[in-house]
Amino acid sequence: MPSSGRHRLTRRERAERRAAIAFVTPAVVTLAALTAAPALWVFWLSLRERLPVFGIDRFVGGAHYAFFATDPRFWSALRVTGTFTLVSVAIELVLGVAVALALRGQRIGRRTALALLLLAWALPGVVTARVFEWLYQPVAGLVNVVLGAQLNWLGDPSLALPALIAADVWRTMPFVALFCYARLLTIPPAVYEAASVDGAGAVATLRFVTLPMLAPVLLVTMLFRTLDALRAFDIMYVLTGGGPAGMTETLTVYAYRSLFQTLRLGFGSALGVVVFALVMLVAAAYLGVLRRQDRAA
Amino acid sequence: MSRRHALVDVAVLAALLLYATPFLWQVLTSFKPEAELLRVPPLWPSRLTLAHYEVVFTQSTVPIALWNSLATGVMTTLLACALGVPAAFALATLPVPAAGGLMLAIVASTAFPQIATVSPLYLLMRELGLRDTWTAVVLADASFALPFVIWLMTRFMREVPKALSEAAALDGCGRIGTLVRIHLPLTAPGLASVALLTFLFAWNEFLFAFTFTATEASRTVPVALALFPGVFEVPWGDIAAASILASIPPVVIVIGFQRWLVRGLLAGSLTE
Repeated sequence: MPSSGRHRLTRRERAERRAAIAFVTPAVVTLAALTAAPALWVFWLSLRERLPVFGIDRFVGGAHYAFFATDPRFWSALRVTGTFTLVSVAIELVLGVAVALALRGQRIGRRTALALLLLAWALPGVVTARVFEWLYQPVAGLVNVVLGAQLNWLGDPSLALPALIAADVWRTMPFVALFCYARLLTIPPAVYEAASVDGAGAVATLRFVTLPMLAPVLLVTMLFRTLDALRAFDIMYVLTGGGPAGMTETLTVYAYRSLFQTLRLGFGSALGVVVFALVMLVAAAYLGVLRRQDRAA
Repeated sequence: MSRRHALVDVAVLAALLLYATPFLWQVLTSFKPEAELLRVPPLWPSRLTLAHYEVVFTQSTVPIALWNSLATGVMTTLLACALGVPAAFALATLPVPAAGGLMLAIVASTAFPQIATVSPLYLLMRELGLRDTWTAVVLADASFALPFVIWLMTRFMREVPKALSEAAALDGCGRIGTLVRIHLPLTAPGLASVALLTFLFAWNEFLFAFTFTATEASRTVPVALALFPGVFEVPWGDIAAASILASIPPVVIVIGFQRWLVRGLLAGSLTE
């Protein structure tokens, strides 16, 4: 009898397994074709010289990667990508925390406040680019009118990258603020009461109570934001097109130009792989930090 | 004390209004007469006009692009949910072989940069003869929408009490019955959030749409806006009007579906 019971159980288990496979298969096949295969294929492409216009398609091994070492445009794009990512994520985090703190006590018009905040995040990147292009317009742009200046924000090599970063911060800071705000709402008031009973002032409370409780959220938000900044494309492509003189050309813009303007599919793919590697490197580093924190906690 | 609190609240609202100014300025610009566009100050125009919207609607490809965006956005959302929800159900409740590895791959693929997958996808679309079709846009967008849907819906479905699906099974519910009668109703708010975010991502997507479309047969709004033509000088007013039209869904979502948006966003990222 027990053996037949076990037998029935394994049969049920087998049926469950079959059902599980049936439910998962359509999604897995689609993902394999549209996500996994391209992610592998791009490595293979990056090892080839492929110029569809001239019918050229041959294996060149690591030649594209070797070329990067002496390609000033590559190093410039890498530097721009790094600067863009570091500066915009840093500013977003500081501003985001500040906005979350300001919103925390909000009682009037909380929904309106969130709508005004999240609007910038929800817009298409191309709209943001067009909005800022108009704001930076040299003659009638609101920025110059307010500053009483006549600066050529997008045309001046020293101003273009800061102008681009400002536009990116505008659209992504709300994301950081929302996460910090949501976390702040879950901190029980008793924690603050205890801090104030212990005689902690506003600065001490921020330093020793609020920020430590925000830290895990900040870390995750930083991961998401860093990955997005490394991958960003639409805002710089439309706002500055990588110019002036390549001052805002990121790796993604360089890759896109190589792929679809100079039509060098292999070379452009190699640039895509570099972005891919950067993203995975950053993700792995963050996951390592998170795991260490988990173990410490 | 409460009066001071109210003042702080109003100040915060005013600061956020200021934060939204870049967009509000674009709204005002879209209603400004052509002749007054480059004459600032004054900031407020002498009169408001719909002329730019008229130009956009009668002389540009933006109206058809709006239609393309709406159609491909809805289709992407439906496809990603139709494939993703059963997969999430299985991952949350059934013994999927190698579930851990699969889940890791799905989460990792949400981090894949589009710029890395765009060249293989381009060759794939060309091979399949799908360039410049809705299908190309939908399939390309599904490549990032599907992992997102599976990831979030698996998390939502894991929270459905096991006892409920066991009770349903005892009542003679098959697995599809359990999914439809127990899990879908209980995760409906989560699914709504996920669908809303998927649509928003598809609506806003630029890189794939820019690459896989070629004419107004399939160009989406971001592409039409990026390529908005100017003959001799930049048509700032028309571009502003087109930007506002491209922003209608995000604005509606932020104002009308804010709770869904926030729920989806927070669930997507607050790992416990």
